[in-house]
Amino acid sequence: MATEENKNAAAGQGFIYLPLIAGWLVPGAGHFLLRKWGRGTLLAASILGMFGLGLAMHGELKSEVHDILDMLGLAGDLGNGLLYLVSRAAGWGADKVQTTVGDYGTRFIVVAGLLNVIAAVDAHNLRTGRKQ
Amino acid sequence: MTHFPAVLLFALFASTVFGITMRETPRRMFKYGVYCFALFVGSVIVLSWLMYLIAR
Repeated sequence: MATEENKNAAAGQGFIYLPLIAGWLVPGAGHFLLRKWGRGTLLAASILGMFGLGLAMHGELKSEVHDILDMLGLAGDLGNGLLYLVSRAAGWGADKVQTTVGDYGTRFIVVAGLLNVIAAVDAHNLRTGRKQ
Repeated sequence: MTHFPAVLLFALFASTVFGITMRETPRRMFKYGVYCFALFVGSVIVLSWLMYLIAR
């Protein structure tokens, strides 16, 4: 009963989409805002690790869209939030994939973005009280 | 980095996120993460052997 009241009280404070947006922009930030330090740290380490390995493997950061698969890849890349924008601005990542490992790197970057979206939605569910 | 370590790291990171986001208690998160990791790595090994046998 008391837990339910606390949950409802927490759900009624502040901008409800803040953990979702923060979690999308910076991996783990949504959970940190909700004081879920352990979960946030593990999520941030996993997503940053996957994105960093993708760059280290000379994966491609999508910038131009030629077909539907490129569009899906770009959508996945955009899931990385600020990581994608900063990496594009810094000129990191390969312009064109030339090796098999580079192709794996591209997949790592896309999947890191998709995992980041899942983590951000999880933070939103915690914020709304749908999950504990 | 060779292919298998890349697969292991991919499975580790993806399983960690799946475990945390798909379950509610730490114990169930850990168990689900281990389950996902085993499925990732197990399916890679099975599919690799299948492709090896098909390519012979």
